Amino acid sequence: MSQTSQPLTYVHSRTAVLRNENIDTDRIIPARFLTTTERTGLGKHCFEDWRYAADGSDDPAFPLNQPAARDCSILVAGHNFGCGSSREHAPWALLDYGIKAVISSEIADIFRGNSLKNGLLAIVLSEAEHRWLLDNPGVELRIDVAESTIRLPDGGTIRFELDAFSRHCLLNGVDQLGFLLQQQDAIAAYETLVEKAA
Amino acid sequence: MTPRTLFDKLWDAHQVKAETASTPGVLYIDLHMVHEVTSPQAFDELRSRGLKVRRADRTLATLDHSTPTLPPDADGKRPYYTKEAEAQVAKLEANVREFGIDLMGWDSPQRGIVHVAGPEVGATQPGMTIVCGDSHTATHGAFGALAFGIGTTEVGHVLATQCLLQRKAKSLAIHVDGALQPGVTAKDLILHIIGTIGIGGGTGYVIEYTGEAVRALSMEERMTVCNMSIEAGARAGLIAPDETTFAWLKGRERVPKGEAWERAVAAWRKLPTDEGAHYDREVRIDASSIQPSVTYGTHPGMVVSIHAPVPAAADAVEQRALDYMQVTAGKPMAGEAVDVVFVGSCTNGRLSDLQAAASILRGRRVADGVRMLVVPGSEQVRRDAEREGLHEVFRAAGAEWREPGCSMCIAMNGDLAQPGQLVVATSNRNFEGRQGKGARTVLASPLVAAASAVAGRVADPREYMTQEAAA
Repeated sequence: MSQTSQPLTYVHSRTAVLRNENIDTDRIIPARFLTTTERTGLGKHCFEDWRYAADGSDDPAFPLNQPAARDCSILVAGHNFGCGSSREHAPWALLDYGIKAVISSEIADIFRGNSLKNGLLAIVLSEAEHRWLLDNPGVELRIDVAESTIRLPDGGTIRFELDAFSRHCLLNGVDQLGFLLQQQDAIAAYETLVEKAA
Repeated sequence: MTPRTLFDKLWDAHQVKAETASTPGVLYIDLHMVHEVTSPQAFDELRSRGLKVRRADRTLATLDHSTPTLPPDADGKRPYYTKEAEAQVAKLEANVREFGIDLMGWDSPQRGIVHVAGPEVGATQPGMTIVCGDSHTATHGAFGALAFGIGTTEVGHVLATQCLLQRKAKSLAIHVDGALQPGVTAKDLILHIIGTIGIGGGTGYVIEYTGEAVRALSMEERMTVCNMSIEAGARAGLIAPDETTFAWLKGRERVPKGEAWERAVAAWRKLPTDEGAHYDREVRIDASSIQPSVTYGTHPGMVVSIHAPVPAAADAVEQRALDYMQVTAGKPMAGEAVDVVFVGSCTNGRLSDLQAAASILRGRRVADGVRMLVVPGSEQVRRDAEREGLHEVFRAAGAEWREPGCSMCIAMNGDLAQPGQLVVATSNRNFEGRQGKGARTVLASPLVAAASAVAGRVADPREYMTQEAAA
């Protein structure tokens, strides 16, 4: 939609790592913050119950609070990231927090679709590649959307799968609703056909 | 013609445009259900673009997530948990007026949790595609409809075009042979399935549940099974329609009547998977071996039979889950002290669920120090339960009888547990903090929940059922 109209071509950043597997969308943004009617402003509640100490200060034990992880826009997370609730507030919160790309060895279907529609890159790598990134937090990566590659510090590259349509939309800031609205004639023809048959 | 699965048939019938290498398919949506939490930003998007809702007649809204389950005060003011919750509900009420959408709202005798109320009014029918900004939309797959959760951007897509851009998922058949034992329910079955295939075991797939044990399930039980497909990572779960389905639907408000009903049933009979059709993956489960099952960790794949020892942690993450839950590997979940019991939700908030819980509670008391909340899934469930006097059974036992809503399943309306409290819940998610910050959730059937309320500890309902049979 209009929010994705900023083209995304590269993400260049050091990585922050959350090793935990199965990080669910309740963890990313707890349900009590879902009463908002806006898309914006959720970054301060991203990982709310994980990142703050009881007195409201940053909990130093939360990996993203460590100095080296601050200002990273690439998050490497444990297997099966984004499972559970379909809340789009999860990618909204991550983007507002400053994350532009999430890398894991598995990413839940609904979360992945929601992310790509909002310009948050959701990248699934092989277990070996993922393991290396988990074990090497803070490495500098350059993600090239057009090439679907991740450039490593030693010059090596990792290729990742990104379907052609999502890539096109990300690179050109194409809005998927606009694309669907162009299909109106086909939609009307389908409706006529089905309703005649009924 | 190549034999096709139920999923293939549903998919093929809704292709406005087939997918290609460069573009996803355009999938037509027959029914779009809407609630207050995941829709406001989508309506704003329509307004900002000057768009209308393409098919208001295929759109149905309800209020369920942010709504209080305590009654209004003497002035008619509802006890919303926060101003934001009240404003969110008011926003949906305004949006449905502006865009001409039917709302099962506060004044409607049909209001309820979207996945309870939708089927009840007959909006959910075999052969349909159904979406909602809610991951438990998989529930409607119990009727042989392709039903799945979507995000808010896609809610906007469906409102504006009645379509979604989709690529076809892979198919996973889960064959359940044999019969469930007495005291073992559809909830135990789906928990066992998730425990078997894992929390990500269904990612990328649409599940079809088949086999003797699935055929034997009632519609309400089938909804319980399909509801939790997403807890294994599958966006949709399907059960082929049959006589059980047709009998349940017949006469409901929104289903076809007369000759149109006969035509619809004839079409629905063609939906089941053809002999010899190909699934991408198949799993077999033996129903007769399943025991009452509960979760012991912090996701719905961490499942164990109620008397079996909690498995040892395989790694630091699992150990953290055990530490959060304050459970010990090697000890069974039966006997763990309970603080709160929650019966309700789109998983287990239907009449048969309340009947099951009441069958244990009748003539018994909730243990001292245990708080029990019973929340019907809809106004219809509430009326039916009250007609049978179930509310009196719950109240006499010391439980709270509430108004319909999602309540403590998602804990965003003020119905929540305190840090450290152990909740035996008939809902669908035991994630850290899901039922309140620091709350520890054990997912279970309504029978296990009620037995645990009486015992004050996680308990096997068969101990109570045997006593009744003996009496």
